[in-house]
Amino acid sequence: MERRHAVRAGGITKCFGDVVALDGVDLEVTQGQIHGLVGPNGAGKTTLLGLLLGLAVADGGRLEILGKQVGRAFAAPDGVAGFVDGPGLYPSLTARQNLAALAALRGHDARTAGIDDVLHQVGLTDVADDRARGFSLGMRQRLGLAAALLTKPRLLVLDEPSNGLDPAGKRHVHRVLTRLAADGTSVVLSSHRMDDLEALCSEVTILATGRVVFSGPLGKLAAESRELEYRLRTSDARAARDLAAETGGVRVVDDAGIRQDAEVFVVRALIPALDELVAQLVRSGIAVRELAPVVSPLEAAFLALTEPDQQEHQREPQHQEVGR
Amino acid sequence: MSATVVAEHVAPARRVSVARGYRFELVKLVSQWRVRLLVLACWITPALFVAGVSQQDTLPSDTLFGRWMHATGWAGPLVMLGFAGSWALPLLASLVAGDVFAAEDRLGTWRHLLVAVRSPARIFVAKSLASVTVMVVLVAGLAASSAAGGLVAVGNQPLVGLDGRLLAPGDAAGRVLLAWLCALAPTLALAAIGLLGSVALGRSSMGLLLPVLVALAMQVAQMLPLPVAVRLALPGYAFIAWNGLFTNPAQLTPLLIGVAVSLAWAALATALAYLLFVRRDFTNPAYDGSGRRAITVGVLPLAALTAVTVGAVAVATPSTGSGIEQGKVQKSLATAFAHLYRMQTEQLHRPAVTEAQLRTSAACTKSDGQAAQEGAGNDWRCVVSWHLPGVAVTGTAIYQLDITSDGRFVADGDGPKEVNGYFLVRTSTGDAPNPLWQFDGNVDLLDTH
Repeated sequence: MERRHAVRAGGITKCFGDVVALDGVDLEVTQGQIHGLVGPNGAGKTTLLGLLLGLAVADGGRLEILGKQVGRAFAAPDGVAGFVDGPGLYPSLTARQNLAALAALRGHDARTAGIDDVLHQVGLTDVADDRARGFSLGMRQRLGLAAALLTKPRLLVLDEPSNGLDPAGKRHVHRVLTRLAADGTSVVLSSHRMDDLEALCSEVTILATGRVVFSGPLGKLAAESRELEYRLRTSDARAARDLAAETGGVRVVDDAGIRQDAEVFVVRALIPALDELVAQLVRSGIAVRELAPVVSPLEAAFLALTEPDQQEHQREPQHQEVGR
Repeated sequence: MSATVVAEHVAPARRVSVARGYRFELVKLVSQWRVRLLVLACWITPALFVAGVSQQDTLPSDTLFGRWMHATGWAGPLVMLGFAGSWALPLLASLVAGDVFAAEDRLGTWRHLLVAVRSPARIFVAKSLASVTVMVVLVAGLAASSAAGGLVAVGNQPLVGLDGRLLAPGDAAGRVLLAWLCALAPTLALAAIGLLGSVALGRSSMGLLLPVLVALAMQVAQMLPLPVAVRLALPGYAFIAWNGLFTNPAQLTPLLIGVAVSLAWAALATALAYLLFVRRDFTNPAYDGSGRRAITVGVLPLAALTAVTVGAVAVATPSTGSGIEQGKVQKSLATAFAHLYRMQTEQLHRPAVTEAQLRTSAACTKSDGQAAQEGAGNDWRCVVSWHLPGVAVTGTAIYQLDITSDGRFVADGDGPKEVNGYFLVRTSTGDAPNPLWQFDGNVDLLDTH
């Protein structure tokens, strides 16, 4: 099946003086996909998003956006919208006036530009006529998203869109992004909130010091991950711990000092070993009441791939396992 | 299988037109309370000020035309222009043009704006045009409001010019309008300096204050005993040179030079601001001004322009010294005295005389003849002589002159009492202000007539 790409970047480099912000970055975003961009501070996420929005020009590499090759001039092709480093809003204007001014800037009649519709989509109808000066960070994020939606984008680029959102606001934003993707709009978003990325994204790219350390589906990331810690609640914790200790590839983590619940313990294992442990528990008549990763696979992968200390920490138990 | 849509060749994004960008910038400016207050203040306060001062017993006689605020409504807008050139217009340039780019830095909206407009060049043009529009609205408000205040409070009477000649109301109105139009040129120069400061210095308060600081420096420079060529080559001179419109013949050469210099500054400062702006790195959120580049790109070309202008003015005009010479002082004083003497004659219902019949002359000395007979100072002493038809005796009156470096002088009567020694004259209808007691005049620094 043929897949169209909204973004296709190859070997992108970008330097600011002596600082290499992006170093041979490859990125592919399929049409209708929500693609997450993850990385520690200074990894180059915002620079990459800025390139997609046409705020900067790459020093090297090849970049195609919505099928058009981006040249040496600033400005992305039509159909790209979004924001980096927070939405740009004018505090002296109301939410509606902010959107109306943007619509007029693009040559649309404010009455027919769909302002009410996008305000409704992001859940800001009730404060449409309030000045943006009094908006919380979450409301500003939603208004920024509404401003981007106003242009009916085919590629939406968002930098930390969930910052400051309360649960209701987050639900609004997730709903909007999911619907956009279903309608064929591609979304590239960066976030430090792994739960958001896992809930929204089908693929992620992890950046570290300007380089791509992983890019692909979330499932592949989980499969590629080293062993994770899992929280296990059973009907017989003592027997289950003994069984876990005897299962190859599974290590019981000694967390007695911090654990509150006696029925719960933590094991570290790769998924096949974990599957084997569950099977043994069931065979032994021990009910498994809860099994969940202590940190999400994405977060674990993020830490493993981007933090040298963490990588070392992750590596150590594996070595011990092998030696055991 | 994965395949990419065949890439089209570099397709420029559809950019927002300058007209739409201009409207967008105007909406943003007008939505600010600060700008709204400025507009209201400029359209209301001058009328109240002029009307209020015109009703006072004591007039601001140290301000040009201030002493005539009881006599005509056309003095009010000129008093306001003198005040505005010193303080209000530089301040307005700071608050509007000096903040138009820095505001986006403060709000963190540059990236948003660039994504929407897609052209730094068009953003610059739209912002510049919008700030100039607001400046023009504010200047128009100052002029219209002060004129309205004066006309309502005092009336549409003739105005006494700087050579003592009476200007009919229509003539006065035209010259007042022209004076304000001329003041637009240095205002635009300050606005352009504001744009340059706003672009070069980012969020720094120095960017906002730059027009005020430049205007202050220019005022200080105008107070110094600089050669005429340097004085005329400074962009603030047009704030003074409009005085020449109120003499006959009008002192147009310094005015035109002042306006041309101001416009050259406006054009160069705007171009430099443009260069700095389009080269800016908008991906750096910590950007806070162009730093060292602002000095090389911003300051040095303006210094070069000043040097070139000084040279051009020095070559093109005959005056290289202070421009305030004994002969010119005597001529200006004698001319003003003759016109005002006729006015006093009419007040006192004496037989009318003409300037030709009066054959007025003046003999002036500086520092009692002990120093060079030229230059600014309050140590000029003059004896004015005139003749009356059928009277053998030559009339004489003494004046102390305080001449400032820009050529403006205040002649203070020193007797005899019945001519210029007292501030009132007794007329058949009661006491009236004595026009010969104290009056303003102007020495043409270039004296090209």
